[in-house]
Amino acid sequence: MKITLNIWRQANAKAEGRLERYMLDGVSEDMSFLETLDLLNEQLTAENQEPVAFDHDCREGICGMCGVVINGAPHGRYSSSVPTTTCQLHMRSFADGAEITVEPWRAGGFPLIKDLVVDRSAFDRIIQAGGFISVNTGSAPEAHATPAPKLEADRAFDNATCIGCGACVAACPNGSAMLFTAAKITHLAMLPQGQPERYSRVKSMIAQHDAEGFGGCTNIGECASVCPKQIPLESIAQLNRDLMKSLFRREGK
Amino acid sequence: MRDLWSGPVHYTIQGVGVRAGRWSSPGHGQVKVTPVATQTLTVHQRAARSTVALKVLMAVTGIFLILFLLMHAWGNLKAFFGPEAYDHYAEWLKSDILYPLVPKGWFIWIFRVFLVACIVGHMASAYVLTLRSRAARGSYQRKDRRAQTFSARTMRWGGIILLMLLLFHLGQFTLKWFLTGFTASSTPYESVVLTFQQWYMVLLYALFVGTVCIHIRHGIWSALTTLGANTSRVARRNLNVTAIAVSALLFVGFMVMPVAVLFGGIK
Repeated sequence: MKITLNIWRQANAKAEGRLERYMLDGVSEDMSFLETLDLLNEQLTAENQEPVAFDHDCREGICGMCGVVINGAPHGRYSSSVPTTTCQLHMRSFADGAEITVEPWRAGGFPLIKDLVVDRSAFDRIIQAGGFISVNTGSAPEAHATPAPKLEADRAFDNATCIGCGACVAACPNGSAMLFTAAKITHLAMLPQGQPERYSRVKSMIAQHDAEGFGGCTNIGECASVCPKQIPLESIAQLNRDLMKSLFRREGK
Repeated sequence: MRDLWSGPVHYTIQGVGVRAGRWSSPGHGQVKVTPVATQTLTVHQRAARSTVALKVLMAVTGIFLILFLLMHAWGNLKAFFGPEAYDHYAEWLKSDILYPLVPKGWFIWIFRVFLVACIVGHMASAYVLTLRSRAARGSYQRKDRRAQTFSARTMRWGGIILLMLLLFHLGQFTLKWFLTGFTASSTPYESVVLTFQQWYMVLLYALFVGTVCIHIRHGIWSALTTLGANTSRVARRNLNVTAIAVSALLFVGFMVMPVAVLFGGIK
C-alpha cells in the first residue's frame, strides 16, 4: 500500500504547530496504525529527520496509552467498523493511496507535550481525588461474604473496562471528561465495597474534573461513539444522579 | 456567589504541584499558562458550583419553560371557539386565576416573575457553561461528527435567536409595540386574527415555533438525562422518542391556529 500522511508536528507546547505531509510506500494492510508510524519514523531517522513522537505501550488495546485523532475521529473510529484503539486499527481499514490526517488529542485539560503526545495526567488527578475505595486489604475474603447483585456487578464491570485513553475528551465539542469520570463513578457506585464513600467520591471527583479545566457535558454522545471500550452514555446519567444526591449530604459525607 | 460566574478555576491537589501549561491552539503558537488559584472552597462547595450542578439548574428551568409552552399552545386553541371565548380566556389569564386566594390580577405577575427567573437562570447557566466549554475544547484541522444531532449542535446560537424572536413576540402581542395589522385598542382575538391573515406573519411565527421545537428536541432529552433518567439503552431510546414527540406536538399545537386564520377557518 501507498499512503499519504498529514501529521501534526509541534516541537513543544510553546512552539507553533502545523500539519506536515509525508508519503509512505510499502505499507502492508496487516500493519497496525502504530506500525505504520514506526515505519515512517524509521524512514525519517534514515533521512536524518526528527521522528514523530507518539504515545504507545501494550499495543494490545488494553493499556490506554495510545491514541491519536485519525481523519477527524479519535482512534480513527470513522475508518473502523468496530470499537478500537489506535494500536488495534489496521491499515486494511484504509484504501490504497489514502490520505490520512493525524492529530493529537486536543483539549484544554490535555496540554501538548510534543507532536502527537499530550499530557493526560489530569486523569490521574481525577482518580486521586476519589476514584478508589479505602479498605484494609488483608488476605482475600471468602467469595460469598459480600454478595453483589448480577445486574450491578455487570454494570460495574462494563464501566471498569475504561482504560482512560482520553478519546472521550478528544471527541467532545466541550472538551469534557465526563464519560471518563462517569465510568469511574459508576464502576465503584455499583459495588458493595464502593458504598461508604459513594457520595463524597462523586463530589471530589467532579470538583477535580472541573478544576482540571475540562468542560461540561451537553449530552451529545460523541464520546460514547468513539469509546474503544464502549462505555455507555448512561454512565453519565448515573454520575448526575449520584452528584444530585450527594449535594443533599454534608461536607465529607 | 462570585465563583459561580468565574468560569474554570484551577486548583491542584496536594502533592501534585503546578501544571506547566495548557494546550496551545494550532496556528497561533500561544500557550495559556494555567494560574493555580488558592484553594478557598471546600469540596462540597466546589461540587455545588460544578458544571453538573449548573446543568441541573439549566435542566429544571428548561423543563418549567417547556411545561409553560405546552399550556400556551393548548390555550391558543381557544380561538377555534370564537371571539367571546378567546377574549374571555385572555381576560381570565390576567385577572381571575387563583382568585380569591390572591387578589385579582396578582397571579399573572407572580407567574411572569417566575418565567423571567426561569429564563434568566437558563441563560445564565448556559453562558457560564459555554465559556467553560470554549476554554476546554480543542480546535482540530479536521473534525468528524459522529453522534450529534442538528438540534444538539444549534443549542447555543438557536437559543440566542430564540430570545430575539421571543422579545419580538412579546413586543407584538403583550406590549403592543409592534402593531402588525391591528391597533393598540384591538381585542386579543382581533390582534391575532388581523396578524395571521398576513402570510409573512404566519411564516415568521412558524420560524419562531420551529426554532423552539428544534431547541427542545435536544433540550428535553438532555434535561432528562442531566436529571438522571437515562438509565439504560431502552431508556435512552424512550427519552429521544419523547423529545421528538413533544417537539412535534408543540409545533402542530402552535401552528394550527395561525394556519386556520390564514386560510379563513377562523375569522
